[in-house]
Formats: sequence, C-alpha cells, structure tokens
Amino acid sequence: MRLSAITEFFSFQFKTIKRSRFGIFGAMILIFFGIIAIFAPLIAPHELWESLRDSSGKLAILRQPCLEFPMGTTAMGRDILSQMILATRTTVIIGLTSGLVSVFIGANIGLFAGYYGGKLDEVFMRLTDIVYGMPFLPFLIVLISLFGRNIWFVIIAICCIIWRTSARVIRAQVLSIRQRQYIQAAKARGCSDLRIIFGHIMPNILPLLLLYTAFNIAWSVLAEAGASFLGFSDPNNITWGGMLYNLWISGKIRTAWWWFASPSICIILFVSALVFISRAYEEVANPRLRQR
Amino acid sequence: MTQILNIKNLKTHYQSEEGVVKAVDGISFTIGENQVFGLAGESGCGKSTLIRTIMRLIPKSASVSADQLQFKGKDLLSLSDVSFRKNILWQNISLVPQSAMNALNPVYRVGDQCTEAILAHTDLNKAEASNVVERLFDVVGLQAGLMKAYPHEFSGGMRQRAMIAMSLVLRPELVIMDEPTTGLDVLVQERILRNLKEIRQKSKNSLSILLITHDISVIAEMSDRIGIMYAGKLMETANSMDLFNEPYHPYTLGLKNAFPSIKSLDRELISIPGSPPNLTRNISGCLFYERCPFSIDICQEKPPQETLVAKDHIVQCHRIEDVEKFRKLAGEKETWQFSK
Repeated sequence: MRLSAITEFFSFQFKTIKRSRFGIFGAMILIFFGIIAIFAPLIAPHELWESLRDSSGKLAILRQPCLEFPMGTTAMGRDILSQMILATRTTVIIGLTSGLVSVFIGANIGLFAGYYGGKLDEVFMRLTDIVYGMPFLPFLIVLISLFGRNIWFVIIAICCIIWRTSARVIRAQVLSIRQRQYIQAAKARGCSDLRIIFGHIMPNILPLLLLYTAFNIAWSVLAEAGASFLGFSDPNNITWGGMLYNLWISGKIRTAWWWFASPSICIILFVSALVFISRAYEEVANPRLRQR
Repeated sequence: MTQILNIKNLKTHYQSEEGVVKAVDGISFTIGENQVFGLAGESGCGKSTLIRTIMRLIPKSASVSADQLQFKGKDLLSLSDVSFRKNILWQNISLVPQSAMNALNPVYRVGDQCTEAILAHTDLNKAEASNVVERLFDVVGLQAGLMKAYPHEFSGGMRQRAMIAMSLVLRPELVIMDEPTTGLDVLVQERILRNLKEIRQKSKNSLSILLITHDISVIAEMSDRIGIMYAGKLMETANSMDLFNEPYHPYTLGLKNAFPSIKSLDRELISIPGSPPNLTRNISGCLFYERCPFSIDICQEKPPQETLVAKDHIVQCHRIEDVEKFRKLAGEKETWQFSK
C-alpha cells in the first residue's frame, strides 16, 4: 500500500512535468546534474587542489580548453573540469538541503498559522515579517564571522531566510481551504486538528508546496553562489560561486574566459531548470496558465 | 420510549459588533428512538446554528448555554472537547452536512474518505472497513466500483448519497441531516428520500434522524414529528399529522399557504409579508408580531410561553383560543395583506 502510494506520487510528478516542454527540458538538466553529483568523486579526473603538469613536465597554468584539460586550468594549474564536477556535488547538496528544509519550515508555519488563526497566527506572521526585514548577506556575514566558514552555516543562513515566502503563501492558501465544506465535514467526522491539517488540508496545497520547493532550491543555489563569490564559502568544499571567487582574486577575470564561463553557465542552467520545473507545477496550481 | 436527544432551553448567542445575535434562543425538544424529527423554517432562522451547536462546530466566540443537552441520558455539555470528539462525534451523532456536494475532499477517493472514519474510530482493518462501506454504498444505491472514483466524477445526487453512506458507517443512533435534498432535482430527491426510508427499515438498531430543511414537502414525507422554527425559537412542535391537520401558530398557517398543494392546484399561493426580525434587536414581545395578521396588544408586550395545546403539541402563541377562526381566515389572501 505504502509502496503504491509512493509510485503514484512519482508518476504524478512525472506526468505534471511532462505536460510542459520547458518542464521536460528542466527535468533533463536536473537529472544530468544529479547523476554528476552522485558519482562526482568517481568521474572527476584529478584531485581538487592538485597542481597539474602537462606532458612536457611544465606547470599547466591558465591553459585554454584542450584535449588534455577539456575545460582548461586555473592560475594555480588546477583542472577546471574536476573542480566543476565536485562543485556540482556541493551545490546540489546545499540546494536540496536548504530548499527542502526551508519549505518544511515554511509549510508548517503556514499550515498552523492559517489553520488555528488567532494568537498563533499573529505570532507566526509577525515572526515572518521580522524575517522579511532581514537582508540575507549581512545576516550570513554575521553568522560566518561568529562560527567560521562552513557549508552548514551557509545552509542554516539560507534556511533561516527563505522560509518566509513559502510560509506567507501557504498560510493564505490554508485560510481559504479551511473554510471549505469538506474541512467542516472532516471536523464533524471527529478528525483531530492534526489529522485535518496534514491529512485534509496539506494534500490540497501539494502543488503549491512542490512549486515552492523548486523555487527555494533555485533561490538557495543563487544565494549560495553569491555568498561564495564574496568569499564566504567553505574552504574545504568548492562550489560554483567559490570558483568565481578564486578567479576574481587571481586577477585574471578579463582574460581567462574558460574559467568563468563554465561555472556561470552551470549556475544559469541549474537555476533555470528549476524555474522551468516550477513553471510546470504552477500550471497545476493555476490552471489558467495552461491556456497560453 | 427512550429519548435519544433531549434538549431543554438551548441558547446560542453570538457576540457581534452590533450587539448580541440570538441565533438560537431557548429551544427545547426531544427526539425519541427511531424517530424522524423534522425542523423547518426560513433561511436564517437558526436551524444550522442549532445543529452546529449540538455537534460543537460553532466558533469558540459563540456562547452556548442550556438547561439540558443530553444524548441518551448522557450530558453533552459537561464533556470535554476531546472526549466529545472521540466518543460522541460520528459514532453516536453523525452529520450529513449542508451542500453535501462540496463536503467531499477533492484529493481523496470517495471510498477512502468513507473508510477514514471507521479506521479512526474503530479497530477494524482496511479490508473490513471497506467491506462496511461497500455494503452501505449498496444500501444507498451506489455501485461498489465507485468507491475508487474521485468526488469530481460524481454527480450531485451521487455525492449526496455517498455522504449519507458516510454518515452511517459507524452505525450512529442519531443522524443529523442538514438540507439533504437541497439543490437536487425532484427525481434524485425522491430517490434519496426512498433510500433513507429503506435504510431505516433495514437498520437493526434504532436510527433517529434530525432532518433540517426549508422544504415543507420533504418534511411532510419523512418526519414523525415536526418543529417549526422562527427567529431562533421553536414556534410550534407537534406530531406530523397534527401539525398539518390542526396547526395552531399563525406562522405555521402562513407557511402552509406558501406551498402548493397537490389537491388544489389552482389555489393561489399566499406568502407571509415582511422578513424575519433582526436578531440583534431586543424584542420584548412575540418575535412574529410584525408579520402576524392576528396580533393584538399583548403580543407586542410579552413573549408567549410554551403551551401544551393537545397531546405532544406545543405552541408559543398568545391567541390559542381563537385558532378556529384563524384557520379559516388564513386561507384568504386579504388576511395577509396588512401593514403595521
């Protein structure tokens, strides 16, 4: 029974995404990045911080893409392809973790605030307002300078900030759904509050939840890239933003096009893939879009 | 006869910005075993508030008081919310909600929604629960295969019947039906009413129904006993035959006029002028005073008391003595054309 519910869930996801051409495109890109992220240590040809020498024994510094170094090398003679592959893994971990955790927080706050209303709603929504007032980068800088550069603090900082939008939108939706007849009927049937919230209201906002999961993952990847570019990334884990930061401090940003092209293109592809997928979910949440 | 539901002087008042809204104001009635109690009245007279009060579905801001609110001799008012929800709701009192059309959650299969209550309240496993639902689907005239369908695949009548099946899954002794046939065409209405009668005949334990509607003909067809509600009060309560043959209250007389009779099709329908009073106003006399063609001074000054006029026949009116005259006058159109 459980298993069939899970397959049903995934076949629904697949059908939803398949419905729009952009959705298919986005899903393909994501699957590609996903495979790279899973097998990253196996497929990366070189060590992350290894300075490479070419066949003639010279240090391979700032090489353009060629057969030996398909994506070129950095100013320290490091292989960009290997860095890209390992950075994909870090980025996917950060994106997924903070995207899912932030939706989890936002959804719960939205569901409880919307369902119970009154004082609880007031407290949760004022909290959301406060978080809305917090700018991401200064918050991250404070957090990092207090606790040190670590990818988990970046994730925590992202989660602390981006749950706010999902909480507000989901609360608004819950406010409308809790007034529906079938919620009253469920109450009359003797359902407990928790059963109504998670058993009857949540399934009705599922498309919205998935939409915001996709949005939040995209947003956290962008936020992480921005933070890394400013030098707030974990020194032990490279990310796309971190590669751009290395390029920036090497002073070669005007000449080494291959160095910034690959991480930038990957950021663009990854984020737009998520936006395309969220677009496919949006068509479920808002059927009017389908007619266009 | 044992009493299933015993209500005495039940009051539900809402606090609004304009003052206290007395949505239900001192209602008393009892429902016996295997009895269908019909509650009729205009829109906004407090019918729905009454059942929501019984089922504790009203907002917390409303104040509820009663001298007695008993289910099979058990006091409902003193029960905590949790034990009321776990022990009374659906197992003993279930509800077919108003506009049952929208009372099914669109994201679940109809069968799953019906089994949910069984799984939540009893120890039965999934297969046993769906057996129960399958049998009830058969009783209300739905095919068992429809349990796998989603609510949007159902027609209005099918949804209504699914709701009735759902209300019966735990064999409650009292089912409250809030306008079970509103918004359905007459053929479907007829089928549902016939289903209900069959269910009552087949059911082994006692099944009482509190039937709420503004459709007098449905009430007449189904009920053993009828209460006529007006502005939060029960104006007249009597056994069905007595109420239709010997009505006492001018409001009942007026209601009777407003519905077509199959015996005299050419009769012109007469409606009661005016509309129900604003429930926030403090009215010292009879609530029907402004619309009553037979009112005298005392009607404006003192609220009428509940009077027993015949066996099991209770009326709230000052002018019971002159009822013979009223019954004659009420059939004439001129009687109802007046202004105060």
